[in-house]
Amino acid sequence: MESLLSYLILGALMFCIGIFGLLQHNSLIGMLIATELILNGASMNFMAFNMFLTPDPTVGQIFTLFIMGVAAAEAAIALSIIIAVYRRFKEIRVDGVSEMKG
Amino acid sequence: MTSLADLISAKLLAQAAFWFTVGVTLTGSLLAVIPKNIVHNVMGLALAMFGVTGIYLYLGSQFVAMMQLLIYVGAICVTYIFAIMLSPPLMLELPKRRKAKLFSALVVSGVAFIAMSLMILRFQWQPLSSPPRDWAIKTLGQQMLTRYFLVFELISLLLAIAIIGAILIAGLGRDRE
Repeated sequence: MESLLSYLILGALMFCIGIFGLLQHNSLIGMLIATELILNGASMNFMAFNMFLTPDPTVGQIFTLFIMGVAAAEAAIALSIIIAVYRRFKEIRVDGVSEMKG
Repeated sequence: MTSLADLISAKLLAQAAFWFTVGVTLTGSLLAVIPKNIVHNVMGLALAMFGVTGIYLYLGSQFVAMMQLLIYVGAICVTYIFAIMLSPPLMLELPKRRKAKLFSALVVSGVAFIAMSLMILRFQWQPLSSPPRDWAIKTLGQQMLTRYFLVFELISLLLAIAIIGAILIAGLGRDRE
């Protein structure tokens, strides 16, 4: 349990569950939720590296905090875009919103 | 008379707690992805974030763990719930997902996971003999306001712009209607 590998594998597992959700989900909000999982898998790696590999005591934690800030900004912007898209298309399925498909 | 502490050693208990947290995280992640109802997805995300908080506590960083709880469970999940509930159409019943899409997503994520775990297991990690245990909030705050000050300011600016942009995007669409 106190080993680097278990944290790294857990992070990779969260990342891949996120990729799975991003690819298979039908609605935009579901894809956004999967994106949060991907970001968390990445920041779990940063925390584990900071714990086990770097002599610097804080760099991974600070990176994780910045990832959280970026995730919050991304959630706010993406939710407002989703609401605007719904108003325009009356549709939140990704297959239905294809005006720019060409 | 034997007490409970004699039967279960502290180390075993800590190990059990760790694997329980891992289980909560993975269950939450799967719940966030698999059910069709969006509200269930958000609840799964909250559960997964609780699990990640436990993992960070286990790694020894209380501040980041509390921020994880506050930002993800307290802010982001609640924002999702608000967005879903304030716009009833987002709760519409979704059509059945296509089998081909599901299968290809499964293949892509499975291949990515196998590749990543092979890479993790093959690489010769060299852990520090004496890992830094200085995880105090004080050190974190000092570093953030000295060495990483520029990034700190940029994140504040980014959040301000994101708030203004979100209001503009969601508000302008209403005017046009």
